[in-house]
Amino acid sequence: MDIRPGRRNYRGMTQDADALIVGGGLNGPATALALAGAELRVALIDAAEPDVRMDPGFDGRAYNLGLASRRFLTVVGVWDEIGPQSQPVREVVLEDARPGERAVAALAHFDHDEIDEGPAAQIVEDRVLRPALLRACQAHPRIAIHAPATVLATRRDDAGAEADLSTGETLRAPLLIACDGRDSPLARAAGIRRTGWGYDQTGLVCAVEHEKDHQGVARQRFLPGGPFAVLPLPGGRRSSLVWTERTAEARRIHALPDADYRAEVEARMGGALGAVTLAGKRWMYPLKLSVAQSWIAPRLALVGDAAHAVHPIAGQGLNLGLRDAAALAEVLAEAKRRGEDIGASLVLERYQTWRRFDGVSLALGMDAVNRLFSSDDPALRLIRDAGVRLATALRPARRAFMREAAGVSGDLPKMLRGERV
Amino acid sequence: MTSMQQSPTAGTNIDPGEIAKFEAMASEWWDLNGKFKPLHMMNPCRLGYIVDQVAAEFGRDPSQPEAFKGLRILDIGCGGGLLCEPMARLGATVVGVDPAERNIPVARIHAERMGLEIDYRAASAEALAEAGETFDAVLNMEVVEHVPDPAAYLGACARLVQPGGLMVCSTINRNPKSFMMAIVGAEHVMRWLPKGTHEWSKFITPDELTTMIAAAGLEVVDRKGFVFNPVTWSWSISARDLSVNYVTCSVKREVRG
Repeated sequence: MDIRPGRRNYRGMTQDADALIVGGGLNGPATALALAGAELRVALIDAAEPDVRMDPGFDGRAYNLGLASRRFLTVVGVWDEIGPQSQPVREVVLEDARPGERAVAALAHFDHDEIDEGPAAQIVEDRVLRPALLRACQAHPRIAIHAPATVLATRRDDAGAEADLSTGETLRAPLLIACDGRDSPLARAAGIRRTGWGYDQTGLVCAVEHEKDHQGVARQRFLPGGPFAVLPLPGGRRSSLVWTERTAEARRIHALPDADYRAEVEARMGGALGAVTLAGKRWMYPLKLSVAQSWIAPRLALVGDAAHAVHPIAGQGLNLGLRDAAALAEVLAEAKRRGEDIGASLVLERYQTWRRFDGVSLALGMDAVNRLFSSDDPALRLIRDAGVRLATALRPARRAFMREAAGVSGDLPKMLRGERV
Repeated sequence: MTSMQQSPTAGTNIDPGEIAKFEAMASEWWDLNGKFKPLHMMNPCRLGYIVDQVAAEFGRDPSQPEAFKGLRILDIGCGGGLLCEPMARLGATVVGVDPAERNIPVARIHAERMGLEIDYRAASAEALAEAGETFDAVLNMEVVEHVPDPAAYLGACARLVQPGGLMVCSTINRNPKSFMMAIVGAEHVMRWLPKGTHEWSKFITPDELTTMIAAAGLEVVDRKGFVFNPVTWSWSISARDLSVNYVTCSVKREVRG
């Protein structure tokens, strides 16, 4: 039993919080807000300097937030701040194309009036979302932020979990929550194995300013190297680009000087937005599918990329993470209300049962879509184009697609229906 | 009745050699896949009902910290403390009694490990009533079908309820379905419970239980079923299906004037 001598007297044992959340990115603060909103006390452990997190410099990263995610952000109280700074997606255009060519024809249009709940997606910049989540955490009476602090060691036993921080503090709670990303050190330390594979594809992210107004249109262009997404940013003249290339090609492009990089971008944009110039930073990361074989261990729950790092093709990573956060908050709030030990396996299993199917099926679904659309095989192109045209010609299929993209299909946690837990 | 005067820490005053044995038994009680698995599976459902009834009766919001602070709650037949610990976590002052003496140190050791203060005693409901103790809530879960004289036992339980307090009492109905489910199914097919755990003839219908509770001086204000769903493999509360496991909530009216 790994309990410190000073705490051997259990009666005097203090719990620093109901849950220790490790990871200060997006899922960590979102999970902290979800739990705190459900009356749980939370310690949020973030390796980064709070001032760095708050730095609102434009870097071009943006997230495609589905309707369900916006409801989540409304319930935790940050949508009022970020909503006015977001860009509603009025239309999604899917195009099959080759670089340097104009799209022969758009494969499909998804008109967002087709679902009743409003625009299916809204684009929010990282520099808006990240500080908004963190500010809400700082202001919350039930969230204690420990930053900058890294976790040096954790101990979990049948009575609770402890984390030793780089600050010298040791925190104790019934439950540890890992929001520490796709290679989750906490999951690894708990002996949780991962399944996954690389894609020999690398994701490139940057932002551009363009001549013509995007008018709220998001484009997904299926290029031979992989999908190329153009997400409209607020203001009309900026877009965030997320695209994939074979890894060797991505490295080549990423190393180019700005002028040449810009030319590569413009060739892929298809000309619909006119001339483009680069804005913000450039990012590159290898793509891989990585799913944890278990999303829970004794006194540990995994949330977001720590549980399931998906292909970013549909921008579903953050939306999935928020679904995890909402489901976990609901399960824990219910358990706490009944006086259950919220870190008990019986409680954590409810979270895993609820979320794992959704997370894994989406990860595999995006993998299949990517494989299908990252091909230049003429026969495959013909089949998939016919498939997309057929699917989008049928109104019910289109509505189902839009609802899935909005994240409002399936067994939704309360927070994703806009209710408090 | 000396045990009733013991402080909750008294459980630590036992032979260290015995502690290991009791720790092993505690982990057995709290092993979710061990021999008490059926109780663990049913527990969230039972707890949900108990918490709702206590919260409603005393005007508490269970989502708030220490929601049951100031309430004295008794669990009869506490075993390893599966109901006592949640009540203590909600802030109640909890007494757990079990006539099986060996359960008491087991429950104490587990509660201490969890940092919870619970007053566990090797005692019977009748002995507590005799001593004149009273509680805001008496939890009487899956006991009445095991006692030789249910009417006398319920009389003692009723005396333990403070005026204005309540008793939650669950048991098993007596009909062909409950015979199939609780004895053939749970004991012989699924082997959730050791054979001979239950005697079907001792099962009690909801109407019989209501009559006995009324005779004991309490008023049954709610009756619900606990229903096992073999598809989702979980228990839920049903307003209509009291055919096998069921629960009642009864109150002791305050004397006016």
